[in-house]
Amino acid sequence: MKHTLVALVENQPGVLQRVANLFSRRGFNIESLTVGHTETERTSRMTIVVDGAKTQVEQVIKQLYKLIDVLRVSDVTDDRTVERELALIKVHCPSATNRVEIANLAEIFRGRVVDVAPDAVIVEVTGNDEKIDTLLGMLRPYGIKEMVRTGVISMVRGSQVTARVTDARMLDAAG
Amino acid sequence: MQRLTGAQILCESLLKEGVDTIFGMPGGAVIPLYDTLFQYPFRHVLCRHEQGASHMADGYARITGKVGVCLGTSGPGATNLVTGIATAMMDSVPMVAITGQVPTYMIGKDAFQETDTTGITMPITKHNYLVMDVNDLARVVKEAFHIARTGRPGPVLIDIPKDVTTNFASYVYPSRVHLPGFRPRVQGHARQVRQAARLIEAAKRPIIIAGHGIILSGAFAELREFAEKTQIPVLTTLLGISAFPETHPLYLGWPGMHGMYYANMAISHTDCMVAVGMRMDDRVTGRLNAFAPHAQIIHIDIDPAELGKNVPTAVPIVGDAKHVLEALTDEVKPGHHPDWMQTLAQWRIQHPSLALPERPETMSSPWIIRELYHATEGKAVLVTDVGQAQMWAAQHYFFERPNTHVTSGGLGPMGYALPAAIGVQIGKPDEEVWCITGDGGFQMTLEELSVLVEEKLPVKIALFNNGYLGMVRQWQQLFFDRRYAGVKMWNPDFVKLGEAYGIPTVRVSQVDDVRNALDWARGIDGPAMIEFVVEAEENVFPMVPPGASLQETIENAEEVAPKMRQVAVAVGGDAGGV
Repeated sequence: MKHTLVALVENQPGVLQRVANLFSRRGFNIESLTVGHTETERTSRMTIVVDGAKTQVEQVIKQLYKLIDVLRVSDVTDDRTVERELALIKVHCPSATNRVEIANLAEIFRGRVVDVAPDAVIVEVTGNDEKIDTLLGMLRPYGIKEMVRTGVISMVRGSQVTARVTDARMLDAAG
Repeated sequence: MQRLTGAQILCESLLKEGVDTIFGMPGGAVIPLYDTLFQYPFRHVLCRHEQGASHMADGYARITGKVGVCLGTSGPGATNLVTGIATAMMDSVPMVAITGQVPTYMIGKDAFQETDTTGITMPITKHNYLVMDVNDLARVVKEAFHIARTGRPGPVLIDIPKDVTTNFASYVYPSRVHLPGFRPRVQGHARQVRQAARLIEAAKRPIIIAGHGIILSGAFAELREFAEKTQIPVLTTLLGISAFPETHPLYLGWPGMHGMYYANMAISHTDCMVAVGMRMDDRVTGRLNAFAPHAQIIHIDIDPAELGKNVPTAVPIVGDAKHVLEALTDEVKPGHHPDWMQTLAQWRIQHPSLALPERPETMSSPWIIRELYHATEGKAVLVTDVGQAQMWAAQHYFFERPNTHVTSGGLGPMGYALPAAIGVQIGKPDEEVWCITGDGGFQMTLEELSVLVEEKLPVKIALFNNGYLGMVRQWQQLFFDRRYAGVKMWNPDFVKLGEAYGIPTVRVSQVDDVRNALDWARGIDGPAMIEFVVEAEENVFPMVPPGASLQETIENAEEVAPKMRQVAVAVGGDAGGV
């Protein structure tokens, strides 16, 4: 099953390479990986979606902890979270009628048209995996010329801070 | 505040870390560093190939418990260090490897002798650094040594561009490290320790398997007290050999691919296994789904990622072997298991595994090892290579004293023994050090014979010459119908070779000359070499064929059933290697 991991890492050169290396060397499949700044200057935050059995994912987390630059890892799969992904979709659009239809579709998904050319538009949409997949399905008949997705970022709902896993639970977790 | 060059800062920092010996070789990118290095009171050991330097630092670290330091230039210097760094990583050996790099302004330009050293070594180091600013250097050295020796030890690499060694910076050595992402846990969790103690008390057929972690944490006394209080028999892993005295009544040998029959049976029948400071390597476990089928496993390791990695664990305990064993000994009630001990003794009588004739017909390698044991009264330090000779030494020499068996386990690099023995002898000048090697492994790093002479080290070399890459030949004989592919070796005249280096060398081809040669070598003040011309097609037994379970331990070639042969060939790829 898919697991969403949130890792806080030191903002050091090579940290992305270390994490990516770890996944490929241990044979874990990354579905998506995003990196960005956080509220503190020295740390970056990675959201990693990984497919695997529970024991495998526990092993991933333990291996991540062995990287000196990794500060905290949490598996937020079972938490109530806000998950977001941004997609830009360039859709084939040779007529004004199509343009209106596409704009309306985007609207329904709370997306919008951000660029218009004589025979194409770019649709921007934010949401979770499912929502973006659904919109893509709706746009496919028009012809999708190009598409890019950022990968998922995730944050636990409520006042609790996401990336917090008690050390004892992590370290003594039986595989 | 002092303004120093990067090279001076490095040397000052190394002194602060207690470094006295550096194994290395200069080259273009480290000439300024060497210029400074030789103004400091280090013993610099000039390797003849950087692989030698990394194995020397490894041997030095294993025998002294200190961080071994090796040094090479950029490009080929760094890539040559790689085998030794990977060895240290697999076997948890504390090491700091320092490499030169092209100047910062040339990085990425494919300059002469440029290579992405941190990229190459990322998966084979515990951590690594490319120091782009001389102001970071002192902090990096401080962190590197801390990481190398703390928690589960391992190698850390510092890559230093040439201009960083000549640039100036203010030098203050930091008093402490700030590494929020690195906080290894030393004490075992009290609840887990209690749970483990209850399991142990309830067990009918318990065993202990002790690994390298005992040696690394110096938990010799703690292991012994725990075993004696609970009266549980002790097995070691290959790297755990010499963690527990082999003449102790509770010692039960070591399990795995070439382990003792009774040790493998003990694992297959135990109901409670206390595994401490070991990582359930495939050479120990055999086929995983048949490993310790009746056991509840208590696994103690300082690296949380080892717990549950290969084998499901009933009670995982994260912590340092010394601390956890101490806590466990305090917690657990005294025990005794007479029926179980009786069963084990019975297996041992029926399948002695290590029985040897008093005098063999031919030049038998295991028998020669046993003669070495008698000649040295079990008091020597053996540094062994990789392959048949390694296995025979581990089986037939009985190690009495803590940390006297030095070998590479995880990576299995042939050519390890000679340079590692050099590091061991430098670390412990008063020990009797024997390098146990074969004609294959010896020829991978024999250039380091020069170092033996140059540094006046009294290492004795026992070279087992069977004219083959023996372990591969054994597999080909047993599992590939004797189709010998790429294993027969033409060899030089090793006596002349030794003499060319000025090392007294003799050739022994007769059983009756073995003991005399051993005594001769021991009497020589300085290095000496004995070439034993041994039986060409002798095999290492017992053996668990690749892909088989520990219960399928075989004790001679006739037991390799055709079916087993097919299994071995089929799974040779994953379970295999040599």
